[in-house]
Amino acid sequence: MKPIMLVNRSSTTFKVSRRAFVDPAILRAEQSTIFDHSWLYLGHASELAKDGDFVVRNIAHRSILFTRDTKGKLHALFNTCAHRGAQVCREKKGNAKSFQCFYHGWVYGPDGTLRNQPGQECYAPDFNKDGSANLTPVARFEGYKDFWFICFDKNAPALSDYLGKTKEYLDIVHDQAETGLMVVGGTQEYAIRANWKLLTENSIDGFHAATTHATYFDYVKNMTGGLVKVALEGSATDLGNGHAVLEYRAPWGRPIAQWIPMWGEEGKRELDRIYHKLVARFGKERADRIALSNRNLFIFPNLIINDIMALTVRTYYPMAPDYMQVNAWALAPKEETDWSRKFRLSNFLEFLGPGGFATPDDVEALEQCQRGFQNMKEAGWNDISKGMSKAAQSYDDESQMRAFWTRWNEHVQTAGVE
Amino acid sequence: MGAAMKPTVARIDVEEFLFREADLLDEWRLPEWLELFTDDAHYYVPSTDVAPDASPDNNLFYIADDRFRLGERVARLMKRTAHAEYPRSKLRHLVSNVRLVSAAEGEIRAKASFVVFRAKDGVMDQYVGSYRYRLVASEAGLRIAEKRCNLDMDGLRPQGRISFIL
Repeated sequence: MKPIMLVNRSSTTFKVSRRAFVDPAILRAEQSTIFDHSWLYLGHASELAKDGDFVVRNIAHRSILFTRDTKGKLHALFNTCAHRGAQVCREKKGNAKSFQCFYHGWVYGPDGTLRNQPGQECYAPDFNKDGSANLTPVARFEGYKDFWFICFDKNAPALSDYLGKTKEYLDIVHDQAETGLMVVGGTQEYAIRANWKLLTENSIDGFHAATTHATYFDYVKNMTGGLVKVALEGSATDLGNGHAVLEYRAPWGRPIAQWIPMWGEEGKRELDRIYHKLVARFGKERADRIALSNRNLFIFPNLIINDIMALTVRTYYPMAPDYMQVNAWALAPKEETDWSRKFRLSNFLEFLGPGGFATPDDVEALEQCQRGFQNMKEAGWNDISKGMSKAAQSYDDESQMRAFWTRWNEHVQTAGVE
Repeated sequence: MGAAMKPTVARIDVEEFLFREADLLDEWRLPEWLELFTDDAHYYVPSTDVAPDASPDNNLFYIADDRFRLGERVARLMKRTAHAEYPRSKLRHLVSNVRLVSAAEGEIRAKASFVVFRAKDGVMDQYVGSYRYRLVASEAGLRIAEKRCNLDMDGLRPQGRISFIL
């Protein structure tokens, strides 16, 4: 079998075959070895604020119904009628006391239990005694600090163990709110004509900012008062299990809490208040870390939580080797003022998303990579060696990507791809 | 309609104005296009799962530009370092079903339907939706105080980006 990864410690080179981005057999192996066994992000508890709230999400080619039942308990159910398999819920989100499949009228509670079905007298008295006529629950469903995940493998490790060292960074995100974080209304749903792993790399890539995002930095310089006088610098860390994080200072404004002159005196008072509250809650050292440093957190295989000029959560799934679907949300403290919410969202859009000043150029870069891979027979290898010879990894080195690829390769090799 | 209610701007004036705007966008004459806007103008593209009148102050949009950022957007798109549009895509804005919603005290509210075609690298993408304009009549003619583009789409799939002006 031809290798997909070439790691040479003596010459400190790390190469990935471009076949990894184009071969349908690799995608099949990813689905069976990674997406069928990893913990995958389903949603945030704040999206189901009230009893009866529900959201439907496509996760790894499954339709999942994420519900809060009448007692406030959360559930992850396959959105498939136990009777003949129709999708029971056809709305993307809402509030419901029950879900009725429109085909033959079977009715389920928000916990997935079959409540009744037309013609009940024609079924045996102990029909559904074993629960097999309920909506099928996802094998594993666990949450950490309001972030809820599913796993299709009933033998998977506990979510807490899977998340491992990433919990330190999820805590930093969670601690930005006193009364909890919430997903702000509005989802950025888009697609990229490129392999999904290119977005993993790109989301934790500190190397590309200066060239890919030159026009973003031009824009920030043109703002009233310009940039904050701090240099782009920081570290990259392999968090184990394929997870990784960049943590760094940057010259842009942060709604929690790095003031920029563009936000004026009102903004300064507001950010001072937020900062002093953080100091009171956590002490100066942790408050400074929360307020002033940025984090691009990657949770294997496809969850990004970027705590940068705004807070964003992003997941992405391959539909084909050269096509992925992306969902992105904005997170914000529930208790923040109208001023903070407005400027947070404005800050989000200056960089992030399909209409931002940066993301479209990332999308272009990823699509240009995918196009470049058409030459893979003769030009066959990606280089991911940057920083490999150094002991300490800078935010713009590539050890975080090597962490991803190493874990990815361990999974995919178990499928024995030829 | 009584004489007092008669708008000073007719539908055909607005239609002509919107067609001229579409030409400027298709020809990538963005600095000239920017001159069509008032100094306090806004340009919005909401995400596709929010209400048609949702506010960008508490909802995540795709684009919510004030006049400063709109100017910066134009400046960015004129550079060759705006990689998503270098080389530039070919655009065609089809503007149709133009209606005046109201015209009072110098402010005209108009709506229209649009389809924008974007061609690049052998791929043709379409964007479909409705425009909602707030226009003001000035001595120099109509000016845009607000342009809102509500997409009639289930997300940006497969388009993936709004790297030009809708």
